[in-house]
Amino acid sequence: MRTWSMHFQALTLILSVAPVATTKASAVAPADAVIDVRAPEDVEAVDTHSDAGGSITVIWSRQDQPEGARYVIEIATGANSPFRRIADVAAIGSLMADEPASFGHGDETQHRHFYHVTSYTAEGAESTTTIANNIDYYFRVGAAIGDQIAYGDQVVHAAATGNWFNRKKLNNLIMGTIFSVIVLVAIAMARRRDFYIRRIAGLEALDEALGRATEMGRSVLFIHGLHGMDQVSTIAAINVLSRVARRTAEYDSHLRVANADPVVMSVSQEVVKESYLEAGRPDAYNEDNVFMVATDQFSYAAAVEGIMVREKPAAHILMGYFYAESLLLAETGAATGAIQIAGTDSYTQLPFFVTTCDYTLMGEELYAASAYLAREPRLLGSLKGQDIGKAALIAALVVGTILASFDLPHLTHIFTAN
Amino acid sequence: MIFLRRTGPLILAFVVGVLGISVYYVPHEASQNLEKELALWLRIVYAFSFFLGLVSLLNLHWSRIRQRLAGWGYSLVVYVSFGIMFLFVIYNDGAGPFAPQADAGGYQWMFLNVVVPCGATMFSLLAFFIASAAYRTFRARSPEAAILLVAAVIVMLGRVPIGAFISDLLPTAAQWLMAVPNLAAKRGILLGVSLGVIATSLRIIFGIERAYLGGGEE
Repeated sequence: MRTWSMHFQALTLILSVAPVATTKASAVAPADAVIDVRAPEDVEAVDTHSDAGGSITVIWSRQDQPEGARYVIEIATGANSPFRRIADVAAIGSLMADEPASFGHGDETQHRHFYHVTSYTAEGAESTTTIANNIDYYFRVGAAIGDQIAYGDQVVHAAATGNWFNRKKLNNLIMGTIFSVIVLVAIAMARRRDFYIRRIAGLEALDEALGRATEMGRSVLFIHGLHGMDQVSTIAAINVLSRVARRTAEYDSHLRVANADPVVMSVSQEVVKESYLEAGRPDAYNEDNVFMVATDQFSYAAAVEGIMVREKPAAHILMGYFYAESLLLAETGAATGAIQIAGTDSYTQLPFFVTTCDYTLMGEELYAASAYLAREPRLLGSLKGQDIGKAALIAALVVGTILASFDLPHLTHIFTAN
Repeated sequence: MIFLRRTGPLILAFVVGVLGISVYYVPHEASQNLEKELALWLRIVYAFSFFLGLVSLLNLHWSRIRQRLAGWGYSLVVYVSFGIMFLFVIYNDGAGPFAPQADAGGYQWMFLNVVVPCGATMFSLLAFFIASAAYRTFRARSPEAAILLVAAVIVMLGRVPIGAFISDLLPTAAQWLMAVPNLAAKRGILLGVSLGVIATSLRIIFGIERAYLGGGEE
């Protein structure tokens, strides 16, 4: 589920931006001493947006200060409570422009300082106390050099609250929604008209590999990657397994499925069983053919290599996310003379598969595999949507590069992950 | 029956999928608690499935031993290793099976002195496998393979001291190859993967892709 959250950015309706509490209070400590530094002005305290609470942001204006000056931020838990220092920041740092994800890219960010207050040390306490939600805290900011401090004429207060929308991910949500709409429209259109889908050699070769295994009377070995069911690459591999199982059932060839994760094994057993059932061959299904090998990376590699060498399957299908074991598996498989088809979105392992396998599904092709094999219009429509989205991204890349070359980074900012 | 096999899982996939997306955008404590709760459920499911995995593993190797299939001796090693490790875990360095696992004792010794070296040995084999794979790939039989060969030689030499000794340009060229063409290709793949993940997730959430339920077509 986390992976869906990480990668999939559509369909959420929660757009309530957290209330911002900003109050300027009356002056309490006018600076009357003659010192070199200028007291901070326009001090504000606001709830830090886009968080679960427990943080208040103090903001004040940038001023010309002598070298070595610093700002002192102090907190009080009540209007009449004593202030306690919580931070010293250099007068030349902590500009809002340093944190564009929170404050944007406007010119004003060059002229305002900020500090996120998340904890303080209460009087007499040894450890820090975190900022509680929905409680007013009072702040003042001073400018200091050496032992001299000039406080501004403002004491401000604010309360931290939990927010219902992460504003930093707004661009992510908008782009995810646009892409999702493109995919859904393409799916809807696919019902009415035929789309041209480019040929994927690795998937075209799947039938050849399964046919070869049937003719030779040898098995087909399907090898899962190391990730669990919470990863989309594993779900994509399971989808491919379903299509492969259906064909092996139809061809009456022997399918063996090696698993490194017990949840993936249980799902694979169900999927293969259902596929055999749908192919009208429930009698050919044997639960022991979808088996657990090992959860440890290299134990898994060693055991699967052993199966490759001893049983000499005619085809090896490696699908999912692989790590260093990819080359161990694929090189051993190549030595046995089996047809090898690999599919992974792990770009670090792709070179190994490309060099050792007959066909490799690279990145997105793994996700397209199930739809491609099914030849079902709606699934093919989603592939078309994928291609349209990719074309849009390429166009954005080209335009963004040109604009950035002319010092116009606005498009770059839109595509910046926060 | 159809509800349990098709409709129920599809509804569940939709609800959990939408929840998963929402959690990503909602930083509120309630959302984080929900995420933690779901992660806890996942761990409980995993614990049960681990038992199924163990049964599958032992069953597989038992059938190999019983039928005296090729390499059945290795299956015997699995049983003996499992038995020894299991006994050490139960004994738990004298603390018994209900105490937290001890930091010392037979289990730790076996893990550090048998499992870890075996894993390291497998990992070491990669060096030889890389050499043999590289030999096959770098035979310049096509223009693409020739480009790959030249790029690989530059990167390999540019990353070791002798490269700078041969020419100052080699480390710079290697760095350029890694930072420009290599990174561009990597990002291109990642963009495609991200779009593929979104499309796959949409297909599953809206019940268009049903292959993961088995069979595939309606």
